[in-house]
Amino acid sequence: MRRAALALALGALLAAAAPASAAGPDGRALFRGSCASCHGLDGRGVPGSGPSLQRAGAQAADFYLRTGRMPLANPSDPPVRTPPLFTDAQITALTAYVASLGAGPPIPPVDLVHADLSAGRRAFTDHCAGCHQVLARGGIVTGAIAPPLQQATPTEVAQAVRIGPYLMPRFTRRQIDDRTLADIAAYVQWTKHPDDRGGWSIGNIGPIPEGLVAWFIGLLALLVVIRLIGERSPR
Amino acid sequence: MSVWRVIVAAVLLVLRGGRRGPKPEEPVDPRERRVPINSRAQLLVAALLALGGLAGLGFSVLYLLEPGNETQWLGLALGVALALIAAALIVAGKAVVPQEIAVEERSQLVHEHDEAIVPQMVAAGGEGVTRRRLIAGAAGVAGIGVGAALVTPAASLGPNVSQRIDDTPWRRGVRVVDERGRAILADDVAFGTFVTGFPEGASLRDLAAPIVIVRLLPSTIHLPAGRPLAQWAPEGLLAYSKICTHAGCAIALYRYPSFRATQPRPALVCPCHYSTFDPARGADVIFGPAGRPLPQLPLAIDPATRELRANGGYSGSIGPAWLNVDRGGA
Amino acid sequence: MSAAGQASRDGATPPPGRDTVRWIDERAGASPALKAALRYVFPEHWSFMLGEIALYAFLVLVGTGTFLALFFQSSTAETTYHGSYAPLFGERMSLAYWSTLRLSQDVPAGLLMRQTHHWAALIFIAAIVAHLLRVFFTAAFRKPRDITWAIGVTLLMLAVLEGFAGYSMPDDLLSGMGLAIAYGVAMSIPVIGGNLAFLVWGGEYPGTHEFTTRLLTLHIFLLPALIGLLIALHLAFVIRNHHTQFRGPGRTERNVVGTPTWPAYALRSLGLLFATAAVLFLLGGLVQINPIWQWGPYETYLATNGAQPDWYLGWLIGGLRIMPPLEIHFWGLTWIPNPFWGGAAFPLVVFGVLYAIPWLDRRLTRDFSRHELLDRPRDNPQRTALGMAFFSWVALVFFAGSADRILIRFGIPYEAQIWFARAAVFVVPVLVYLVTRRICRELQRSDAHPLRGWSGRRVRRTPAGGFAVVEPGAATQAGDDG
Repeated sequence: MRRAALALALGALLAAAAPASAAGPDGRALFRGSCASCHGLDGRGVPGSGPSLQRAGAQAADFYLRTGRMPLANPSDPPVRTPPLFTDAQITALTAYVASLGAGPPIPPVDLVHADLSAGRRAFTDHCAGCHQVLARGGIVTGAIAPPLQQATPTEVAQAVRIGPYLMPRFTRRQIDDRTLADIAAYVQWTKHPDDRGGWSIGNIGPIPEGLVAWFIGLLALLVVIRLIGERSPR
Repeated sequence: MSVWRVIVAAVLLVLRGGRRGPKPEEPVDPRERRVPINSRAQLLVAALLALGGLAGLGFSVLYLLEPGNETQWLGLALGVALALIAAALIVAGKAVVPQEIAVEERSQLVHEHDEAIVPQMVAAGGEGVTRRRLIAGAAGVAGIGVGAALVTPAASLGPNVSQRIDDTPWRRGVRVVDERGRAILADDVAFGTFVTGFPEGASLRDLAAPIVIVRLLPSTIHLPAGRPLAQWAPEGLLAYSKICTHAGCAIALYRYPSFRATQPRPALVCPCHYSTFDPARGADVIFGPAGRPLPQLPLAIDPATRELRANGGYSGSIGPAWLNVDRGGA
Repeated sequence: MSAAGQASRDGATPPPGRDTVRWIDERAGASPALKAALRYVFPEHWSFMLGEIALYAFLVLVGTGTFLALFFQSSTAETTYHGSYAPLFGERMSLAYWSTLRLSQDVPAGLLMRQTHHWAALIFIAAIVAHLLRVFFTAAFRKPRDITWAIGVTLLMLAVLEGFAGYSMPDDLLSGMGLAIAYGVAMSIPVIGGNLAFLVWGGEYPGTHEFTTRLLTLHIFLLPALIGLLIALHLAFVIRNHHTQFRGPGRTERNVVGTPTWPAYALRSLGLLFATAAVLFLLGGLVQINPIWQWGPYETYLATNGAQPDWYLGWLIGGLRIMPPLEIHFWGLTWIPNPFWGGAAFPLVVFGVLYAIPWLDRRLTRDFSRHELLDRPRDNPQRTALGMAFFSWVALVFFAGSADRILIRFGIPYEAQIWFARAAVFVVPVLVYLVTRRICRELQRSDAHPLRGWSGRRVRRTPAGGFAVVEPGAATQAGDDG
């Protein structure tokens, strides 16, 4: 564990000092510095530390790096969204390098222009709401947290659906075609500003915050009122 | 003991805050009547009432101006109107009208005399009735008879539970389709995903209809005895009832590791109480309150079209358990 | 003497309103009752008004509920949505869901009424629980009020049932999942569960189309009528017995000291009615609750993460979640399916204990007499401690029901919380009992000897760095710290 952390720190240093070539940062060097300790040189994978990246492609590399899920300090940590360690240019370089390791999928395009919000809600409820909650506010599965999606860009949504990162299932085109994927991405976009015509949305997760408001705002206000009306101890 | 004292001290500090115990009881007359004659308070009451009325009018105005929406403004207007009137009433009740402490004697609840008379009156109603035992016996027979008549129709209410639940739309050869009725092919179910399927032609509302299909490596699959892989997991495809055997929610979570070395095994999970089922082992319960595994549906892959079809009925009763539930011999 | 009395004694014009009262008397003979009502004395402690909050919330429920009933359609017949809410456009949904959407979007003030109604339900039951706790910890349930207590516990049960029926009617994803669980719990009742569930649902879940009508009939007719009747009975007993009061100057077991109904208490109570309505309508307009358009319509094969019941059923989801996977089955029959423990046995035990409280209290205190003066919680440490222990047991199960959101918020692993809760339900009530009893005794002691205060010991630091006890009044000496 500590070796991995050490390697990571070293890699970050190297990354910061990576010589910028005319084309930008050196993806291979970055990879060797920050990723190879778990994923192996040439991305073959290290048993017990990290899987092979030879079929991961630009799709996975871009997703994991942009959402800061990788690099991961400790292989047994859950990869969660963090501010990305690398700059855009470095991510592009790393992604290109990982893509070059084998025949992996490219970054999927997402066409939101013709997206059907209703179909997206339907598909999201069918495939995603069980873990991510029907308004993409996140939830849990035994052993992990399914994160809220308000920070996810449409591309990230598409990538995650196709990759199935960490414990998430992966959905192929045969199950969710590109059209439906765009619908889902559009719906996730929409959940950032849902229709809260009822007022303060208190989290959009339903009865728990509602119960807290009922007790700690509603009943509390009325307790204050009856304290004003009534007496405190017999005079 | 010292831990006790710390806790007790902390609570006492919070609770005691200046309160003294009750004074010893003296013969004291608590009656009093105080007439405030407070014209400022009366002015305040009038002002609050007037403002409250205005706010109430505001509600009607808003309602007429903005039909249908602006719930927040409507609620604010009405709520403020009511709050202002509440304030007016409370100020009136505490600072305007006479403030009085009165003493009322409690009423006597026990009435010795009447308590003696009532049973006598009831008994007097039976004066002259000599054949009490005969009539009482006959009344008993009447009660039992009519009571039974009232209760017996309940037995015919509802069909036999097992018949209804175990009679599912799944039979050998029934095609597996999606919500829209399109056939699900074996190759639609990749590793790492989960697909919801229904029997062709059945109502989607039927609790026995939805199944969840996953694909696992055949070498990792260990099904209970009596379920050969060829019939129950062709090419590693497994189908289980989507309805949780705990309390009937739909099992909409699938956990599938992208790196098995550091991540837990694949599992179907129910979002209601987190019953967790292991699809590689016949949907055995690995966490949570469910008392029995998910019933499994045997599958067959049509050699020509690669369509998925059921290869028989479920391995047990679907959904929540009851007395005669078929536990599936797991 | 009031101005009205003055006028009548002067022999001048009769006091205003005399004609009205005469009119009523000629028909109903009610002036003695009116006189008693005007002079009826209310003790003034603020905690005695908690029941009123519940009563006034109920009035708001009936008012807003009537409005909703004029628009809601309880049918399961399907229709297609072509309204303005884009994520549902083209969706198939039941008329129940559709009419609730319409209420929320198109009917003027419809959403205000819906949300106020739902907030009122949450606060209605919260006020009942607060009121129940007050009555318990001040021992107001003792004779002659044990019947009033039993009626109150029944009201709590009916209110919970009524709330569940109410929020299940719109057929949305969240409440539909709750109905499925209710079905699972009904099925789990030993031996008769299957038949019982089929009786209620008209067959296997999701049941016949009549089921939604049964919910409606229950929610807008049967239960409100029953609750209204029991509230009337509850109040009748309260009035007949007169209210209890705390000990104090001039207060005895035979009198009631407080404010007469007219004019002060009536105005204050009316003020509380308006204040309750104000809080409810403010919440109903400003804070969103149960936005069913966001959940989507219910299907038996769909589910969402984070589905929870309304707060007053949180104890049941806790019971269902923490129970280990125990089912009693032998001879080929399943005698006790799992949901029974957390979903049926647990509430049965809790309500059974609640009903038994007056009887248990009599047995434990060996006190069978009539009580009109209240105990302060500290006056009976055993009762207070037992009550706190029982409450902590229920509260623990309640909080375990939200373990998923606790994980998301605080990072405590779900399985660890469940295991902790499974152990804590045995350990925590015992600890709470012991601590509460001790605190009550300390409070009693400090009441009896206010100067002595907390029964601790003074210590002083010795030059060696340790602590030595200072005996009250003794010369300083070193000694062991106990």
